[in-house]
Amino acid sequence: MQTLNFLKPNRDNIKNYSIIGSFLVLVSLIDVISNAFLKINLTSFLPGSLTTLFPLIFGLIGLNMMRIDYSGNKSLDLLNKNINTNNFNALLTLLILFSVVKVLPQSLSWMILDATISGDSKDACTGTGACWTYIKVWFRRFMYGMYPNEFHWRINTAFILVIALGFVGYFMKDNLKKYLALYYVIIYPVIAYLVIYYLISGGSFGLQWVETGAWGGLSLTFIVSFFCLIFCFPLGMIFALGRRSNLPAIKYISICYIEFWRGVPLITVLFMSSVMFPMFLPEDFFMDKLVRVIIAITLFEAAYCAEVIRGGLQSLPRGQYDAAKSLGMGYWKMHIFVILPQALKLVIPGIANTFLALVKDTPLIFVVGLAELAGMLALAKTNPKWLGFAMEGYIFASIVFWIICYAMSKYSYNLEAKYKTER
Amino acid sequence: MSDPIIKIQNMNKWFGDFQVLKNINLEVEANKKIVVCGPSGSGKSTLIRCINRLEEHQEGDIIVDGNELSEKTKDIEKIRAEVGMVFQQFNLFPHLSILDNCTLAPIWVKKMPKKEAQELALDQLKKVQIDDQANKFPGQLSGGQQQRCAIARALCMQPKIMLFDEPTSALDPEMIKEVLDAMVSLAKGGMTMIVVTHEMGFAKEVADEVIFMDEGMIIEKADTKEFFASPKSDRTKLFLSQIL
Repeated sequence: MQTLNFLKPNRDNIKNYSIIGSFLVLVSLIDVISNAFLKINLTSFLPGSLTTLFPLIFGLIGLNMMRIDYSGNKSLDLLNKNINTNNFNALLTLLILFSVVKVLPQSLSWMILDATISGDSKDACTGTGACWTYIKVWFRRFMYGMYPNEFHWRINTAFILVIALGFVGYFMKDNLKKYLALYYVIIYPVIAYLVIYYLISGGSFGLQWVETGAWGGLSLTFIVSFFCLIFCFPLGMIFALGRRSNLPAIKYISICYIEFWRGVPLITVLFMSSVMFPMFLPEDFFMDKLVRVIIAITLFEAAYCAEVIRGGLQSLPRGQYDAAKSLGMGYWKMHIFVILPQALKLVIPGIANTFLALVKDTPLIFVVGLAELAGMLALAKTNPKWLGFAMEGYIFASIVFWIICYAMSKYSYNLEAKYKTER
Repeated sequence: MSDPIIKIQNMNKWFGDFQVLKNINLEVEANKKIVVCGPSGSGKSTLIRCINRLEEHQEGDIIVDGNELSEKTKDIEKIRAEVGMVFQQFNLFPHLSILDNCTLAPIWVKKMPKKEAQELALDQLKKVQIDDQANKFPGQLSGGQQQRCAIARALCMQPKIMLFDEPTSALDPEMIKEVLDAMVSLAKGGMTMIVVTHEMGFAKEVADEVIFMDEGMIIEKADTKEFFASPKSDRTKLFLSQIL
């Protein structure tokens, strides 16, 4: 005769246990789901505190009964191995599951079911949910800042051109491949600068001049991030090599540089670049605020890049240096062909980290009066016609930033996989 | 007699306060094969690393192929290009294929056209019998194959002198033979070689002279036959009795 032993399920009565166990878990889930979505309390007949604990207790007993080692059932084994290894893990599994179920209906109804997206003024937002109309109406501002609406095509064209130029490297012929680094480090930034200067700033070729103060939104995020990324990497490389140099002057200059920039907060650097820096310049010398800010962030992030790259340089065995030297390579040949390719491959995760931090630091340029995406949000939420929609704005901005950063980190994984040659 | 291709006179070297090499005098003529042996820490590796200036010496002269090595030596790269070196840990470049490992230096240091360099590299790889592995990466090869590739890589620079720093010490016994075979055939081809090794069989087969070092000094330097038949110093006798 089979006796039900709650504490010791085993293979012999696997069917009974797994069926009863899954039934109990199902009951607890149904209870929580109906509670959350339909607002019906199935266990209202129980005393107060038990009602709340009911699904947890039922679920725990159910999972305990299902916990059979080597049951032979694939999905059951998978479940037991990953989320049901012991009572504590079963409890955590249930808690996480229940809290997701509890939170889901509210957030769903706020974000989608009760949200409004139609209309083009604040009056359309009468529902209890989010008002995406706000994002829709302000979308152009969030993308292009105060840039005049009729010239938005100039920004779009400039970006498409810059991206297209970035892909040139993929189509280069083999005999030009050796100039690849030269292209990306010097030629490409210069061309990109010219494209952005002539198209977005305008002022010549019949295009109306738009001052940088009017630039903003996501396009400004892109412009600042783009130039900072593209310049801070080679600069960081130079300082990383400099810090390891045998020449004392170069070594100490590099150390001072790195330690200085790592020691000051970015926000102070930005203030200094926009407020103090012009005081030291001759009166007839003018440098645009945006350019100053880009230079400041570049110098700042280069110090971080330098330390990340130095970490990669230090992790290479000395034998690599010996081998390169013994083949008659000088300092530069050794570094370009042997040391840097290996070191940079090692620091891809670290560099990606630095770059992501850089992109997410760009909203700080708001303190000097440049409003990129997050800055435009801060401006928009104080607009008297559209008060009270900060939540929607910040959720929108987080989603946009998340997409950008996730794409970047995915790209870095791809690079890692691409350059993996070790066994 | 021709001028020696390597000439070391009264050379001393310190690591900090510790003197690793004491009053080294050595002359190596072209096409000679020298085997350096001795216990660990006796300065053998440091000595041959000084010959292509991977280590700097503090006193005395080292003259390689008519060029004196010192802080003033400007074209140290040119001298190093003439002196090939094979390391205990192979030190292949892991991010490059076997073929690229071999062609890198000829193309960029010797400015050889790429095609010519590849032909040369395949030729050298064939000599050490790994030309079929040319497109693999070092991580995919066995230790013995890696070391043979390292030999081919050094030979692609067409050096006048080859230095071997314990080339078989990191290999298991089966692979030692294939590396030694490659070295023997290189020796028979007339290369000037200085080999730091514990492989006494190899020494007996190809060496013209054997040098025994201990505590940073050259204890004994003799013709191979003489060295093994009638070693002069007691220290050498002790060493030989332990390893033979």
